Amino acid sequence: MSLCFRIVIFLWLCSVSMFAMSNSLYPLETPKQEAQFSHLLRELRCLVCQNQDLVDSNAELAKDLRAEVYHLVQEGKTDSEITQYLTARYGDFILFKPPVKAITAVLWFGPATFLLLGFFIFWHTCLKRTRDE
Amino acid sequence: MKAVYWRLIPLLIFGLLVFFLWRGLSLDPKSLPSVQIGKPLPEFELSILGKKNVQFTPSALRGQVTLLNVWASWCAACTDEQVFLLQLAREGMPIYGLNYKDNPDNALQWLVEWGNPYQLIGSDIDGKVAIDLGVYGAPETFLLDKSGVIRYRHAGVIDAAVWADEFLPRIKKLEQLT
Repeated sequence: MSLCFRIVIFLWLCSVSMFAMSNSLYPLETPKQEAQFSHLLRELRCLVCQNQDLVDSNAELAKDLRAEVYHLVQEGKTDSEITQYLTARYGDFILFKPPVKAITAVLWFGPATFLLLGFFIFWHTCLKRTRDE
Repeated sequence: MKAVYWRLIPLLIFGLLVFFLWRGLSLDPKSLPSVQIGKPLPEFELSILGKKNVQFTPSALRGQVTLLNVWASWCAACTDEQVFLLQLAREGMPIYGLNYKDNPDNALQWLVEWGNPYQLIGSDIDGKVAIDLGVYGAPETFLLDKSGVIRYRHAGVIDAAVWADEFLPRIKKLEQLT
């Protein structure tokens, strides 16, 4: 067996055991709940290391919040109930995808507005001028 | 005249961008606004550190303007504010503690070493109450009015400057309310 092949096998075994470990830490009854749990963790921010989601982070708070989300999923709560539970405590900042609100309007609609404005200015300054000439 | 007006728009947009980016430089992404402000303390029932069979509930904090300080013996920054908290306690400010995810023995030992400014300390071993409060790191300090409603949250160490700028004006206002 070549060394390279052995390394590949070793890495594969590692990843399999990691997968088994994560499952034994947070066992859920149905695949649907497991899917819900993993996608929720990806959408939630760790507030200590702010650019990591709850899956990636090893901060103590992230561990606690993972456990909290796990219990809520186990209880059969819906996605919106769980995000509401967390935003009621930590605010919208815990969501990677900010909700559409008056305060986030510039964030959501700003890029499109600026693009339109750019086209408008372009039309006014360049296209109109050539036509006038 | 009209052409001049149109040519000013990119400059205006540039100016706006500069303004926002300049503001962004001085914003601290670590200081998050608390959504708990204006809400009463969440319901909790914690055992009191160092005492058995007595519970620490939000009702202990009613009737006066108080501070609730989240601390732990593993938290290095908590030792930084301890001297200042002791001074506040000597001056008569009622300070309550929330011992966050700590081993009670370590916490008691820490109080012996650094001094105890707290009237009562609730032992939040699993950090559940801290999650309900939206705590994301120790130390954090909540300012509560006489009816136990959260009026201000400071994340990080309290020193004389923070106290004078953020706490004192608010406490003065809250003291006047009945």
